Amino acid sequence: MAPFDLRLQEVHNKLTSKELSVTDLVNESYQRIAETDASIQAFLTLNEDGARAAASELDKQLQEGGERGLLFGLPAGIKDNIVTEGLLTTCGSQFLRNHDPIYNATTVKKLMAAQSITIGKLNMDEFAMGGSNENSSFYPTRNPWNTDYVPGGSSGGSAAAVAAGQVYFSLGSDTGGSIRQPAAYCGVVGLKPTYGLVSRFGLVAFASSLDQIGPLTKNVEDSAYVLQALAGYDEMDSTSAKVDIPDYVNALNGDVKGLRIGVPKEYLGQGIDPKVKEAVLQALKVYESLGATWEEVSMPHTEYAVATYYLLASSEASSNLARFDGVRYGVRADNPDNLIELYRKSRSQGFGPEVKRRIMLGTYALSSGYYDAYYLKAQKVRTLIKQDFDNVFANYDLIIGPTAPTPAFRIGEQVGDPLTMYLNDICTIPVSLAGVPAISVPCGFADGLPIGLQIIGKAFDETTVLRAAHAYEQHTEHHKQRPQL
Amino acid sequence: MSITVKDVEHVANLARLELSEQEKEQLTGQLNAILKYAEKLGELDTDHVEPTSHVLPVTNVMRDDRVRESVSVETAMKNAPDEEDGQFKVPAVLE
Amino acid sequence: MFEATQYETVIGLEVHVELHTKSKIFCGCSTSFGAPPNTHTCPICLGHPGVLPVLNRQAVEYAMKAALALNCQIADVSKFDRKNYFYPDSPKAYQISQFDQPIGENGWIDIEVDGKTKRIGITRLHLEEDAGKLTHVDGGFASLVDFNRVGTPLVEIVSEPDLRSPEEARAYLEKLRAIMLYCDVSDVKMEEGSMRCDANVSIRPYDQEQFGTRAELKNMNSFRGVQRGLEYEQIRQADVLDNGGKVVQETRRWDEAQGKTFSMRSKEEAHDYRYFPDPDLVKVNISEEWKERVRASIPELPDARQARYASEFGLPSYDAGVITSSMKLADFFEESLQYTKDAKSVANWIMGDLLGYLNANGQELGDVKITGQGLGEMIGLMEKGTISSKIAKTVFKAMLESGKRPQQIVEEQGLVQISDEGAIAAVVDQIVSKNPQSVEDFKAGKEKAIGFLVGQVMKETKGKANPALVNKLLLERLNQ
Repeated sequence: MAPFDLRLQEVHNKLTSKELSVTDLVNESYQRIAETDASIQAFLTLNEDGARAAASELDKQLQEGGERGLLFGLPAGIKDNIVTEGLLTTCGSQFLRNHDPIYNATTVKKLMAAQSITIGKLNMDEFAMGGSNENSSFYPTRNPWNTDYVPGGSSGGSAAAVAAGQVYFSLGSDTGGSIRQPAAYCGVVGLKPTYGLVSRFGLVAFASSLDQIGPLTKNVEDSAYVLQALAGYDEMDSTSAKVDIPDYVNALNGDVKGLRIGVPKEYLGQGIDPKVKEAVLQALKVYESLGATWEEVSMPHTEYAVATYYLLASSEASSNLARFDGVRYGVRADNPDNLIELYRKSRSQGFGPEVKRRIMLGTYALSSGYYDAYYLKAQKVRTLIKQDFDNVFANYDLIIGPTAPTPAFRIGEQVGDPLTMYLNDICTIPVSLAGVPAISVPCGFADGLPIGLQIIGKAFDETTVLRAAHAYEQHTEHHKQRPQL
Repeated sequence: MSITVKDVEHVANLARLELSEQEKEQLTGQLNAILKYAEKLGELDTDHVEPTSHVLPVTNVMRDDRVRESVSVETAMKNAPDEEDGQFKVPAVLE
Repeated sequence: MFEATQYETVIGLEVHVELHTKSKIFCGCSTSFGAPPNTHTCPICLGHPGVLPVLNRQAVEYAMKAALALNCQIADVSKFDRKNYFYPDSPKAYQISQFDQPIGENGWIDIEVDGKTKRIGITRLHLEEDAGKLTHVDGGFASLVDFNRVGTPLVEIVSEPDLRSPEEARAYLEKLRAIMLYCDVSDVKMEEGSMRCDANVSIRPYDQEQFGTRAELKNMNSFRGVQRGLEYEQIRQADVLDNGGKVVQETRRWDEAQGKTFSMRSKEEAHDYRYFPDPDLVKVNISEEWKERVRASIPELPDARQARYASEFGLPSYDAGVITSSMKLADFFEESLQYTKDAKSVANWIMGDLLGYLNANGQELGDVKITGQGLGEMIGLMEKGTISSKIAKTVFKAMLESGKRPQQIVEEQGLVQISDEGAIAAVVDQIVSKNPQSVEDFKAGKEKAIGFLVGQVMKETKGKANPALVNKLLLERLNQ
């Protein structure tokens, strides 16, 4: 078994027994990237010198013994909207193609404390706007299962790199499904934590009230390990929650007996691929066999979630992306005659069409005369959507459904049709609006492309989500499948 | 509500975006389609619904008034497209 | 003057006051003034991608303190909003400010103009972050941006349009400044920009209820500038109306050197700030207990002190007003009164010699060394007859410069009053014999001549002779 097929705990043991060195792991990672990334295009920037130096440092530490971090020596990829000091952070945008950050995100500091190794920065839809990675302004990442297909997005690079065995785990960010949907498309495990569990400091903001950083891994146990390293209060983030952090790994005891699962009929309704529906129903049978029960429930405001999300997220984005003005960093247009031209030309040359579209939508929704009709209305509907979750969670421990209504689509298939593209997120967006945690785990294949099962929990109840996901995984083989590259 | 090319120009000006004629046309159509879809929300009676701007029930997050070290001028200027004497340089503000 | 015309002036002021916290409102950079450009910056105040703001509690408390001192109602729940606009001094291209839930609302202060007290309404007080600073270079074709000041906490205090003359506007500003100083929330120096004032000014015929079209006046960088700018603007608007024109709603810039206001030719592209709640910050709940704690930290304010000085010490309202206009001066006054009971005398010395000296030298109380104790003790020495009022002037001057106690100055310089009758009588004899002509004049009925003789005795004793004794002995000698 190649190292990249091992579980994190197994790698840990092999490092302890000196069967493997950190340098071996890093070498393997870059070797794999060299072999596969010409076709996958998951990476935007490699940190080869830094990673190798860090690896030999850790190997030295390994010889000397002593305390080891939770993610000691593990090669990791970081989505390119998570700020890394001295390592280009482009957000997949031409505007930031030369941006060399002067600080580290809190999550990056946490990974450093946990002693993982940063292999490089991962491709994404520009400023995390998109669900296919086709909006990267550099090149689209491709699905390792079939390179004619999209890997999903916006954390497409993060999902593809894990699926292709280029890194052990990666960090992604999820605003309306951007971890879960690519995880589903690429057949890996993607966890969006509860809003406030993981610090946003150093995550380049798309929609501040929705953005969360989370792990993409090959299996649920690894997901629990990475979450353990990431979770916790951060004084640099005012929206960070002061909650006790449980032992996520310890919670994976396989026991789902008596768990009550709600299955929203709206998630399995119109527009869902029959093969996806079938895979979800099969998964529910697995849960039944393990002693859990499930019932169909209704979340009546689901159909309003996509519109609500696009108004709120675009409004916040229009303000968040205003700082990209060409004054302090980023790309400035050549020879502007005056200040207004500097702004207009720098921004127009630096941003791609989807980013412009959302800035336009958000600016409009916030503008004088439309605020109440669009932005405020959407904030109120958000309340109703959140209430749907509160109502179901009053009687159920988990909500389960598909992560996406279909498997991955072909590259180019949905370009130019933003509304259809937005509807791919119908099952993930309500969860983001409610701020609750959800994981996508592999639950089958349709025509050789992976399908994701979404398990949604109560706020800050990641342990139940992970335990249920882990129990399912232990009784299925889908997560052991690897793409042929 | 239907938006026109003129509206698109106004919004682009607020957002400091320069759009080609083709982009304006395209955006007018796309924004109209998205906003038409968003009209769905009008079906819901939200008169007595509180808006949600935060899902977290967190309030009063404040720090103590303590000075932390600033970065060096060199660091502050590291990514500056144009600078002079440790300051960011921009073309004239006035047109 | 303007009062003679048919128009009434209506003024509302928007005053920005920088709060003197140690660190910025949303990051830990220092707020100190005058550092080299961009040395007080970090990724947060530079608006780098990915950064987040965390609110400085002290800024909130200073804003609450200021709002309470201005008799505002404090919000139970306050929040921060983003004001979106592009400008190079605004790194995020939005300013974190407060839109519909400011810290304080519905306050007032009393001002006094021409002996009459008038209440001016305060619409709101909100907390926000300051912008950076632009310097124009290359002959005006480029600007340099320094972000040291960005993120300094500011309160914006908006008055009701209750002011009716430039004098009232100035009185309002001076009162506001005094209250901020009493509360110790700001340095409030207009010249350094820690207090800034914009004015909305319009005029209307006296019989008209509706307000006229207003102009927004900017760039008035001193109290005098505010008054002069408003004086100019009300006359300009009256001229426009008298010539059959219409006042245009616009922003105008006061030019101190030319003494005129100029239209800023704003490309009125309809400021649309697209305010919305900042999703990076959470609401601030202000409990009654918190309000009370802040309220308890507010010292006795100028109006209350002024009233107390009148009732407790019998000071004329005018004197009490002058002394309480500055908390340092009022504290000085009260310190003096621990060493003498003569409040009126203390007030006279403060308003005469002390303020005269400070004004003549462009100094403030903190710049001179005299203490309230020194003044009180000096008046005590006068009461005991140790020094004369003439010597007291010398002692006072010495205290301003050295800060020494009056007793020490008197001893070191040998200024003790001579009250020994024998010693004075000897000098009187000497002067009388030296000035037979004056003695003749006096005896011939020219009473003024005695003044000359007294002066000669004082001169001979270097001013130290007890003037009452000199008078008495001289009269006795002359009438012998």
